[in-house]
Amino acid sequence: MNFRKQLKEGLLTKNPVLVQLLGMCSTMAITTTLFNGLGMGLTVTFILICSNVLISLLRKVIPGSIRIAAYVVIISGFVTMVDLLLQAFLPDLSESLGVFIPLIVVNCIILGRAEAFASKNGVLASALDGLTQGLGYTLALVVMCILRELLGSGTFGAGLLNGGEGIRIIPAQYPAMMLILPVGGFLTLGCLIAFSQWLTRRLDNRSREKAAGKRKEAAAK
Amino acid sequence: MSFTSIVAIALGAILTNNFILVKFLGICPFMGVSKKMDTALGMGAAVTFVMTIASIVTWAVNSWILVPLNLSYMQTPAFILIIAAIVQVVEMFLKKSVPTLYQALGIYLPLITTNCAVLGVALLNVQENYGPVESLVYGFTGGLGFILAIVLFSAVRQRVEESECPESFRGFPIALISAGLLALSFMGFSGLKVF
Repeated sequence: MNFRKQLKEGLLTKNPVLVQLLGMCSTMAITTTLFNGLGMGLTVTFILICSNVLISLLRKVIPGSIRIAAYVVIISGFVTMVDLLLQAFLPDLSESLGVFIPLIVVNCIILGRAEAFASKNGVLASALDGLTQGLGYTLALVVMCILRELLGSGTFGAGLLNGGEGIRIIPAQYPAMMLILPVGGFLTLGCLIAFSQWLTRRLDNRSREKAAGKRKEAAAK
Repeated sequence: MSFTSIVAIALGAILTNNFILVKFLGICPFMGVSKKMDTALGMGAAVTFVMTIASIVTWAVNSWILVPLNLSYMQTPAFILIIAAIVQVVEMFLKKSVPTLYQALGIYLPLITTNCAVLGVALLNVQENYGPVESLVYGFTGGLGFILAIVLFSAVRQRVEESECPESFRGFPIALISAGLLALSFMGFSGLKVF
């Protein structure tokens, strides 16, 4: 088990949203304020850890042919629990995320990790995988939120800081409203994925150059 | 419930509150199966069918079983199981009678189960307190909106794939940005008012 490697994969090299391209719907729909993004990200992380642990525990009991149905039932159980808890203790968040909380059931990240990781690995490793992948999802959401909120409504941390108003950075008459509308979701995510592809390619090139340089040195010796 | 409210629901589901472009439900198949127009059309038809059946069946289960038994907190698990069963039936039907479409849809067919548009329409029907006819109309027209968006987008995408763009944007990002422009044009419908 390798925590640092898994964390790096979850946050960067195998980020569920930016690299694996999973969970698009919620990523674009709810990322209008930092409050929403953080709330959604942490909710999904929690459910992902729970479902990964339970599925990993049951991986030898569930018959292969009905495993997907079994996973969906497990996941929807946790989602229902969290939905009711949020309604009771964080009604604001529950209100602003609306139908996207029950829709976590069909978030491909959770089912994807169940199928790709939890059904093949031990409990502890699965819990860790849930945590790191969940944090990767949260990271992508938070970046989207910060960008869209700053450019779309000119504030930072609305719903969280400064008594729910957020800190105003751009005066109210300038921001481009378009970015907190649905259009902004597509445009921001497109640019963000393009940026992550550019970054990976650059890092790849650099490590290849390094390797080539080392080979040259070795040849010179 | 009157004719006007039905028209309002239909117009809302197809244009002003389009499931994909405004509500962000069903993005996965929208991105995944939109590379060719005929597969897009097939996918749209399959999704519409599942959405229509699912919205009427979930309405019946919710108001005849879950609510009388005080089990409405079981909505999400119950709905997802119903949807999975419907998708299974559609899959068996297509495999038997339209094998070409079955092969073209591939992995995306069983994935209709996890299409947020289908579960979304079931949950929204409950949230909006729609009756049986309204649920049926909402499910069907929501599906039509899905077809409209995915077919338009597949036509755009065929041209985008062949044109040049910066290397980092190639593939998925440029598709997302074209979808954004499509969403922008759908925003124009938001001024549309019925009666």
